[in-house]
Amino acid sequence: MKVSVTVNGKEHHGDVEPRTLLVHYIRETLGLTGTNVGCDTSSCGACTIHLDGEAVKSCTMLAVQADGASVTTIEGLAKDGVMHPMQTAFMENHGLQCGYCTPGMVMAAIGLLNENPKPTEEEVRMGLEGNLCRCTGYHNIVKSVLAAASAK
Amino acid sequence: MTITENKPTNIIGTRLLRREDPPLLTGEAKFTNDLNIPGALHLSVLRSPYAHAKIKSIDVSAALKIAGVIAIYTGKDLQSAWAAPMPCAWPVTTDMKNPPHYPLASDKVNYVGDGVAAILATNETASRDALDAIDVQYEPLKAVVDLEDALSDKNVIHKDLGTNKSYTWPLLVEETPGCVEEAFKKAKYKIKERYVQQRLIPMAMEPRAIAAVPQPFGGDITLYSSTQIPHILKVMSALTLGIPEQQVRVVAPSVGGGFGSKLDVYAEELLCMALARKHNTPVRWVEERTENTQATIQGRGQIQHVELAADENGKITAVRVRIIGDMGAYLQLVTPGVPILGAFLYAGVYDIPKAYDFSCTSVFTNLTPTDAYRGAGRPEATYAIEMGIEALAREMKIDSFELRKRNYIKKEQFPYMAFSGLTYDSGDHLLAAEKAAKMTDLAGVRAQQKKQNVPGATKLLGVGMSSYFEMCGLAPSRVLASLNYSAGGWEAATVRVLPTNKVQVITGTSPHGQGHETSWAMIAAEKLGVAPEDVDVLHSDTAISALGLDTYGSRSLPVGGVAIALACDKVIEKAKLIAAHQLECAAEDLQFVNGTFSVKGSPDRALPLAAIAFGAFTAHNLPDGCEPNLEAQVSYDPPNFSWPFGTHMCVVEVDTETGAVKILKYIAVDDCGNQINPLIVEGQVHGGVVQGIAQALFEEAVYDSDGNLKSSNLAEYLVPAACDVPSITTAHTITPSPTNQLGVKGIGEAGTIGAAPTVMTAIIDALSSLGITTMAMPASPQTVWKTINEATRGGKK
Repeated sequence: MKVSVTVNGKEHHGDVEPRTLLVHYIRETLGLTGTNVGCDTSSCGACTIHLDGEAVKSCTMLAVQADGASVTTIEGLAKDGVMHPMQTAFMENHGLQCGYCTPGMVMAAIGLLNENPKPTEEEVRMGLEGNLCRCTGYHNIVKSVLAAASAK
Repeated sequence: MTITENKPTNIIGTRLLRREDPPLLTGEAKFTNDLNIPGALHLSVLRSPYAHAKIKSIDVSAALKIAGVIAIYTGKDLQSAWAAPMPCAWPVTTDMKNPPHYPLASDKVNYVGDGVAAILATNETASRDALDAIDVQYEPLKAVVDLEDALSDKNVIHKDLGTNKSYTWPLLVEETPGCVEEAFKKAKYKIKERYVQQRLIPMAMEPRAIAAVPQPFGGDITLYSSTQIPHILKVMSALTLGIPEQQVRVVAPSVGGGFGSKLDVYAEELLCMALARKHNTPVRWVEERTENTQATIQGRGQIQHVELAADENGKITAVRVRIIGDMGAYLQLVTPGVPILGAFLYAGVYDIPKAYDFSCTSVFTNLTPTDAYRGAGRPEATYAIEMGIEALAREMKIDSFELRKRNYIKKEQFPYMAFSGLTYDSGDHLLAAEKAAKMTDLAGVRAQQKKQNVPGATKLLGVGMSSYFEMCGLAPSRVLASLNYSAGGWEAATVRVLPTNKVQVITGTSPHGQGHETSWAMIAAEKLGVAPEDVDVLHSDTAISALGLDTYGSRSLPVGGVAIALACDKVIEKAKLIAAHQLECAAEDLQFVNGTFSVKGSPDRALPLAAIAFGAFTAHNLPDGCEPNLEAQVSYDPPNFSWPFGTHMCVVEVDTETGAVKILKYIAVDDCGNQINPLIVEGQVHGGVVQGIAQALFEEAVYDSDGNLKSSNLAEYLVPAACDVPSITTAHTITPSPTNQLGVKGIGEAGTIGAAPTVMTAIIDALSSLGITTMAMPASPQTVWKTINEATRGGKK
């Protein structure tokens, strides 16, 4: 099936098998491997991207469902060699260890602040419910998101 | 050419941000499955749906017709591919039973997930489609799932062994023969408790991934794997496949967490290598999460019987422990050693006489093999002694903190020669515990508890604590020899000062989230008087780091980090000879401060390391017999384990109507000696604590009586999310280790060791007014509610 998607500002046109998941299209067809896969039940959130500005799990939808949409992946956040403020906040607050959940976590966190620019700690914890991390115990992830919110 | 200047550095102990982060934050980092490997065939492994069954027949004809499928192999097809069975490096006793274990089962499957056939296809979709098209006829056998059932030998899994018992490992330490029995007879107080350590799934966020890339004409093979142990994997895979070791290179790219689950030599690694060689083409495999829960090792899995004897003051006079350890279906790399690692810690942080009677019998079950999972034997031991202390305090009707105080090893007793013959390097348990109590506002919480926990109250407050030792920094090689471990416990480091005064550190440790690049650069920077950004840290590739024993058991800093410091010392020694030659003075008249050699008393006669590094490179003016270049290599065998310690406390509120447990406050006071980077230390504690909380409240590999895993994915296995856990208040005391020059101890497992008993003692404390003295883990709302219901309403709804 034909699909046209704008990914990180660049248009892509291609033919995909109908069963291709968006995450596999991003990783394998486009070679953008920053978006990770951590489960097969849409539980972990490692594959979170932005679809038309909204954080979604890219393993939960087919590539063809993204036809005509604008996708931002972790690779599309930094501008002119400068990391996005959320990426900087994660670095400054040691919000990552192994880094595998990180791309999805950062995308989810940006999505969270888009909806709620000044969340409480509780709201950050609830807002990131769909993204699992096994290394940090979430403490510094929550701190990173709150820091990014207060820097806005 | 710009030569980097030497300048004063005071970098150890600072919260330097991690250099690892930008690539990980931007998607630039490459995990194994991100590697672009042209022409690679995809491996899929067909796995047994039965826990225990005979394989009657395997028909692959339909699967072979699927477009893209290249070949399918059964266990029988590959029998000649292996020079040896899959390795177990820890035969804990000379008569330990170890059933032959091959990457694919041939006649019989022994757990759900046991490999039955290997499919190679040109793409992942085809190889996965083929899984459904293979027709395997099984004859199901009765599965052995329960540990006590396994011990009974009513149903023997590995018939050739004649028993389900793998080994019995005793540790009896008695001042005089029979003194343990005597102590129990004479004891004023004694307790006897049974605890169950449920099976846990390590669940690193990156599932395992592998790519084996052969060089068909040269004969070499490179294995890329999401592993914690590239060096061990290299030698073990060479032995198992019968490939000359020098032809194997193992690379661990970015690794997305391990927690012990990637401390193994796995069937899929061996299959990828064997099939890549057979087909003269790269072969790759990536694990699905559901496979991960079944085919990657699990942790814990013990039944513990613990007895304590105490005198009239509550001073512990003897410890007796009997354990049944769950090995699962086969022995993986260090499976049998895990309970043994805990054997030395059932006296916890307490001063006990030589009256210690430990024995562990480990059994095979028809379940996924167990192996090291964060803490490996030590969380289990700590849980048992800390819960035991609580039971003893209840028996004596005194406060458990008071009982701990009466038994703590005192600060002035360090270095402390323990009953076991091991020496605890340094500690101050009371200091850490009192700090934790103060931060918890223990007195305030107790007062609040009196007000709140009144008859009829439905929200009960509880406070829990645990004091722990994390015997880590694995390990002195001679001690490992005495435990029958097949390898040593040293670590290697190379430090090289390049002509431009940039520094290369090559380490044998293999990080997967711990920030070694940052911390190791800090150590070298401090030692050599350069900026940390001028230090490059190379690791996790056996072609670059030829020697090493990798990362596990909180060993990286106290063994690998210390090796780097020692290699820096060697570099400085060599540089000093060159400096003395060029400054025309005696080497012993030189001092080395902030990266510069100067003549003591004549600070103007000085040479920076930068000049010496360049001079060593040009080799124009070196002393006689001095080799060019400034580099040194060290293999460091630690003289002792390192013994981090601390006390954790938490306050919980238990809802007696729903069984829900809410952690209101969690305080972790940890002492890992000197800290290289407190930012990273705190991160390790946060993550460790949450994994311990997860064991206490959420996680369990649940099997049915047929050996089917009911919690086989992340929708069913409850890894806590951010909203399930509290923020963690961390604090430290600093008691340097006297056994290494950095004064450091490990910290990777401390949080996990401390947390589960802290939470569980808090829950029991909350429910004590209902007469509840035990609670199974995980203390899920159902379990808590059921326990309350049984205690208060006689079990009736």
